[in-house]
Amino acid sequence: MNESRADLLTLLAGVGVVLIVATLIGQILARRQPAGSSSAVIDNLNARINAWWAMVILLGLAFLGGKAGVIILFGFCSFAALREFVTLTSTQRADHWALVAAFFMVLPLQYVLIWFDWYGMYSIFIPVYAFLLMPILAAFKGSTEQYLIRVAETQWALMISVFCISHVPALLTLNIPAYEGRQVLLIAYLVVVVQISDVLQYVWGKLIGKTKIAPSLSPSKTLEGAVGGILSATAIGTLLWWITPFTPLQSAGLSLVVTSMGFLGGLVMSAIKRDRGVKDWGHMIEGHGGFIDRLDSVLFSAPIFFHLVRYGWDVS
Amino acid sequence: MIRILKSILAELTASAIVLFARFITAVRGLWLGTEPRDQQRIYYANHSSHGDFVLLWTVLPPRLRKQTRPVAGADYWLQSSFKKFIGCDVFRSVLIDRKVQHAREAPVEQMSSALDSGDSLILFPEGTRNMTDQRLLPFKSGLFHLATARPAIDLVPVWIDNLNRVLPKGEVIPLPLICTVTFGGELHLQADESKSEFLARAEAALLALSPEGVSA
Repeated sequence: MNESRADLLTLLAGVGVVLIVATLIGQILARRQPAGSSSAVIDNLNARINAWWAMVILLGLAFLGGKAGVIILFGFCSFAALREFVTLTSTQRADHWALVAAFFMVLPLQYVLIWFDWYGMYSIFIPVYAFLLMPILAAFKGSTEQYLIRVAETQWALMISVFCISHVPALLTLNIPAYEGRQVLLIAYLVVVVQISDVLQYVWGKLIGKTKIAPSLSPSKTLEGAVGGILSATAIGTLLWWITPFTPLQSAGLSLVVTSMGFLGGLVMSAIKRDRGVKDWGHMIEGHGGFIDRLDSVLFSAPIFFHLVRYGWDVS
Repeated sequence: MIRILKSILAELTASAIVLFARFITAVRGLWLGTEPRDQQRIYYANHSSHGDFVLLWTVLPPRLRKQTRPVAGADYWLQSSFKKFIGCDVFRSVLIDRKVQHAREAPVEQMSSALDSGDSLILFPEGTRNMTDQRLLPFKSGLFHLATARPAIDLVPVWIDNLNRVLPKGEVIPLPLICTVTFGGELHLQADESKSEFLARAEAALLALSPEGVSA
């Protein structure tokens, strides 16, 4: 654990340096504004950087808190994400029981199963058990209006907000030879690579972005931003091979997979937002929007990353 | 001594209720037409849940929260000693007798005397919880009489959104959903404005704050 803690502190220090540089740039840009005026882009940039500080500090504290800290942090992220998701669904009064069960039974149980490392259960609990039981609860209430839509929305909400996010702490349960006690670094690796890819896509997009990829889904996403962000984040992921059980080449491959999944996750979650006529999922994270706005890329990459690593490196 | 303990307990309960409201609803106050100000006001809001005034109260800055009292039905809040503690000690409600025709104290006088002691009020002019599919029930005349009695005080429309989905009628466990509380611009009773004109204007000002706007 000591070696792992040293690596973690090195990584956090690196992230800290990046944030300090970002903060300095943000403040210089803000100071260079003509007196009395302010730019929405720069204000938003600085709000985002401030929120990044808070998120990095929280994640760092959770890492220091070990397994319990990580499970509680991501359990809370699931709760906040589910709250945002269900708010935008067309669920009705008749879904009250099913949704209360989703929040107060399915969600905690999923994280308890991860705590007890019961892979055979937590990997199918929501896709099988919740999938079959939730429609039964909704059917008992007798309302058939938009039944299929409501049931499907509830299942989607659980899959995205609970199942997908829970695969981040599930990385702690992997049993990788010569990597015991260091699994928390896999979480740090996934989160850093995917989030830095989001940031770099934004930066490349602002600098050289021209060709819109999906104007009807997400007007700010450009081909230049996506390719630049994914490739440069993959390069950073490759350079982080030393905190993982991977070789540099394997690290490059996995980074490419998670950053691509992250980008596509952002597109899918944007499509849902456009469908519902909202700009952001919520408002809890200043400058970013809601929890799902910040986690959309992580939640699409986490289950894939988990299963690739489990298939390739886990021995249990 | 018991009084001090009771007031400490009331403060703690108030903090716990605010924390719980934030946990369930992540409630956000949007001050669109006005700002939170150290000034006496009458907030009037749509009413679909027992939690409405809790939510409105939660988004007020703590300093204003202490001086803001909900106007509520005595029949509900005096039902049990627990409800009485919450209604009277925690929220310092102005309790109105809705059932009795000739109440000992006329509601408007009760509200006016609360205003005269410097407090702000939270009022639900629909008179009862709205359980229909309409967005608002027709306003009762209380708001007009209060505005006539104390014309100088700002009337602030407040739209509380989504709380009816959090706790539908008959359910006991709240469903976590994001709620917003939107504050509109101040209104005053205008000279020679009739009761129906004023109430229609007040209703329109409140409906304009709902997500569907005036037209729907």
